[in-house]
Amino acid sequence: MNAIVVANGLSKRYKNTVALDNASFRIEPGRIVGLIGPNGAGKTTALKAILGLTDFQGELSVLGLDPRRQRDKLMEQVCFIADVAVLPRWIRVREAVDFVANTHPRFDRKKCEAFLARTKLQPDQRVKQMSKGMIVQLHLALVMAIDARLLVLDEPTLGLDILYRKQFYQNLLEDYFDENKTIIVTTHQVEEVEHILTDLMFIRDGKIVLDADMDAVGERFAEVMVGADKAAAARQLNPLDERQVFGKSIFLFDGADRAQLEALGEIRRPSVSDLFVATMKGTYA
Amino acid sequence: MKTFYWLVKREFWEHRGGFLWAPVITGGVFLLLNLMGIIAGEAMGNFNAHTNFIGNNMGLLDRALTDNDAATIGMGLDFMMLSTSMFISIVLGFVVFFYFLGTLYDDRRDRSLLFWKSLPLSDTATVLSKVVAGTILAPAIAVICGVLTGIGMLLLFAITLSFHGVNLWHLLSYAHPFRVTANLVGTIPLYASWALPSVGWLLLCSAWARSKPFLWAAVLPVAVGMFLGWFNLMGARLVGGGWYWREVFVRALLSVFPGSWLGERNFAEAGNGPGHAMDFLDLGHVYGVMATPTFWIGALAGIALIAAAIWLRRWRDDT
Repeated sequence: MNAIVVANGLSKRYKNTVALDNASFRIEPGRIVGLIGPNGAGKTTALKAILGLTDFQGELSVLGLDPRRQRDKLMEQVCFIADVAVLPRWIRVREAVDFVANTHPRFDRKKCEAFLARTKLQPDQRVKQMSKGMIVQLHLALVMAIDARLLVLDEPTLGLDILYRKQFYQNLLEDYFDENKTIIVTTHQVEEVEHILTDLMFIRDGKIVLDADMDAVGERFAEVMVGADKAAAARQLNPLDERQVFGKSIFLFDGADRAQLEALGEIRRPSVSDLFVATMKGTYA
Repeated sequence: MKTFYWLVKREFWEHRGGFLWAPVITGGVFLLLNLMGIIAGEAMGNFNAHTNFIGNNMGLLDRALTDNDAATIGMGLDFMMLSTSMFISIVLGFVVFFYFLGTLYDDRRDRSLLFWKSLPLSDTATVLSKVVAGTILAPAIAVICGVLTGIGMLLLFAITLSFHGVNLWHLLSYAHPFRVTANLVGTIPLYASWALPSVGWLLLCSAWARSKPFLWAAVLPVAVGMFLGWFNLMGARLVGGGWYWREVFVRALLSVFPGSWLGERNFAEAGNGPGHAMDFLDLGHVYGVMATPTFWIGALAGIALIAAAIWLRRWRDDT
């Protein structure tokens, strides 16, 4: 099967900032890709380019279509949730379901109603009467009932409490995701998605600085807890990052020799957030 | 086609207040005021007292009745039936004006644009569904409300007069409710095409503005007019100032008000005097405006502006 997204030399410049700087990447089907970067790194611009919401330089093909010229066709196969608060405030649950059911060729009404039955949402309830968590439940019920090949999530759980956040990703994994679907997600709550991601992409200043699947990340990066006596030796091996915990130093290595590291101390797989912090060091400085 | 139907329906859902409740309430209030006027008149026991309250049409009828002239009575009744539609059309004008001014702006401001754009809806269909909702659906609802409350008015006055010894059915047979209704319904296509330049301009401003679409829509044409006026004041002869205000400013902003196609020309052609008052609202006469260049140039300009709005809708995002 062909790649879902192929980007080549993607660039986008706003008046005085560069949002995307010659970014190239490729997303294969059946993956859950985390696009992670600090504020203003170009995540949303990249997603907007994929969704045909913004113009850009470079080549980009999504499901074999050009999002700039074939957007109407593309959106039958692509879904997105941008933030939680984008459902129109005047719409009722019943109206939203009716509208999508009658305008989206790949929408399964029964599925949607089954998802809604699991929530407290009432058919006559308006979005403006809902809490943020309920709005996202409605949005997710609508989106999960659409048989799309690509789902784009831009900060889908921003501002939700932990119960809604956990439920959101659990629903996605249990009831939606399969090998024919691909999900791209951006979020700042890295800890919550790191166990569901299959691929990791770090973006900084419009450039893709890391693009690897999670297995490769585990092989390439290693975290070692080193006693004070061996700290100097560890520093010799060019660690990405060093931090102190309980009088010991934790070093993060990129592509260092495993045997050498084992001699220093206990090796662990670094968490995505530690990796992120180390990679993005100095972004806001 | 099914998608288009649902797009128009979506507009109705969102703007039920303006499209449906505004004309219903206007018609209802108008009926109520007239009822109050009649009750006041009856209570005072003086037929002329009717005319003193909100200037209702009773005085006109009273005079007609004394003449005992069937044509004049019929005209009076028809006018009474139309009077509620006139009020409703003014309200409709405001509703449609602000509908078009906000419709491509509000969903960018509250970011619900991102939801609509996540569905496989083309921008062309979206914008055209809004044009249809504002220029056909909204006036159609207004006409229905106008006809229903108009019939209510007719009955209200006929029943009142029957208390004064006038035969109810005899009186009603003078009126032409079907002709009035046909005139109102038949005006909708004219309204839709006459309003095009305003619709296009308001939609364009709505799609263009990053904030305050009203300022763009209103201040820009005023500024151009002042500028032209200033040049003319300085002795340059660009275009007539009056021409600009009449043919550009009014057409771009105020053509969404029903009846704005009626001008002095219509009165003159129909002949003056009350006997011809209904003729001047007659369809054959009203559609005479289609013979004027302002109608066709305006419509073409409107279509071009709508096309520009569609293009802007495609590329403007929520920022």
